[in-house]
Amino acid sequence: MHDNHALMDSGGFLPLFLLIALLGISPYLAAVYFSNQKYRNLPLQRIVFWSFGIISATAALVGPLAEQAHVDFRMHMAVHLLLGMLAPLLIAMSCPMTLLLRTLNTSVARRVTAVLKSPPFRLISHPVTAALLNIGGLYVLYLTSLYHLMHESAFLYAVIHLHIFLAGYLFTVSIVYFDVTPHRFSFLYRSIVLIVALAGHKILAKTLYATPPEGVPRTEAEAGSMLMYYGGDLIDAVLIFYLCWHWYKSTAKREPSFIK
Amino acid sequence: MAVNRTNSTSNGFAGNQVLYSSRNFWSGLLFGIGLIAFMDEVFFHQLLQWHHFYDLATTRTGILSDGLLNSFAWFAAIFSLFMLSDLRRRNALWPVKWTGAAFLGAGSFQLFDGLIHHKVLNLHQIRYGVDILPYDLVWSISAAIFIAIGLFILSQTRIAKRKKAGNSHA
Repeated sequence: MHDNHALMDSGGFLPLFLLIALLGISPYLAAVYFSNQKYRNLPLQRIVFWSFGIISATAALVGPLAEQAHVDFRMHMAVHLLLGMLAPLLIAMSCPMTLLLRTLNTSVARRVTAVLKSPPFRLISHPVTAALLNIGGLYVLYLTSLYHLMHESAFLYAVIHLHIFLAGYLFTVSIVYFDVTPHRFSFLYRSIVLIVALAGHKILAKTLYATPPEGVPRTEAEAGSMLMYYGGDLIDAVLIFYLCWHWYKSTAKREPSFIK
Repeated sequence: MAVNRTNSTSNGFAGNQVLYSSRNFWSGLLFGIGLIAFMDEVFFHQLLQWHHFYDLATTRTGILSDGLLNSFAWFAAIFSLFMLSDLRRRNALWPVKWTGAAFLGAGSFQLFDGLIHHKVLNLHQIRYGVDILPYDLVWSISAAIFIAIGLFILSQTRIAKRKKAGNSHA
């Protein structure tokens, strides 16, 4: 993989990058087009969220950043932030389930909702399960020799990166209800899970600063863990913002403004 | 949106302050915690670079406690401002009570940070390569002063509230 470095540096990755990004974006555009024929037009910003979500996931997997992430822990952390936190957030904000259910015909859509409401989905979309899969997965990755093994095997690399994205997405939608959400939990419950999960992320970042993963030089581990710590703060601030904003909107309806 | 702008009285309240008294307290307290944690990060970690991200003396409990507290403070800073907007929307903002609670929250966080994090758990010191005692004293005494200011302001609002209750029954 490293022999085509010169090609990558000179922008040779661009055709592949654009192709993958386009493959990711076009189904959403098509679905928006078809469902807008039947229903009220979808807000335009959802297309923007989806597109940037796909672009940040693509940037994590194809191109110079992805290339460097194999050898440099700091770049790996940038990939982790893009693929595991930013892309899931943006994609969740584009409400893909809402779009899917609008696009499918009613009987298929009913079957999809039945699957979403089924016990296995109920279990994995529970905030605590999602947080464990997301943050717990990172502990396993960085504190065992898995991080080292991942760079030896393309298969492991693919599986782990898929997990990072899916777990990040699951966690995002289990905490902030941007999209269709069958099983709902209270604001307080989700707030506590989010605070503990963010704490787990911070604790892991500081632990990595102190004890680098196998095969990672100390200076790289220090810079990488600080990127993880502060980058995580930044993206989680957006999650907290939307969680609180939804509280703000719902509390207006629920409580009488004045009792006398 | 349901906003109530009536109920003006002779004792200085022009809305639902007393009804939402405890929400004013919690919003202010959380804001104080969030603000002081944010200032700690900006001034002592980033601008002055006195605090260290991690120093070798840090215990595992230190990392754990620091992670939880900072994560909570980050949430508190954002949520408290939404609570503030909610109070304004309900015409229930009580600035004096809110400010008192903010001082109390800021002082308590700083005292906990100074005593438990810096001293007991050895998370990091205020500054390195200097005699640390004056720094620790200034840190903890200023925290105690914040708490005292907060408690004083809050005690004043309690008197105001009692007066208000007395008037409305008259």
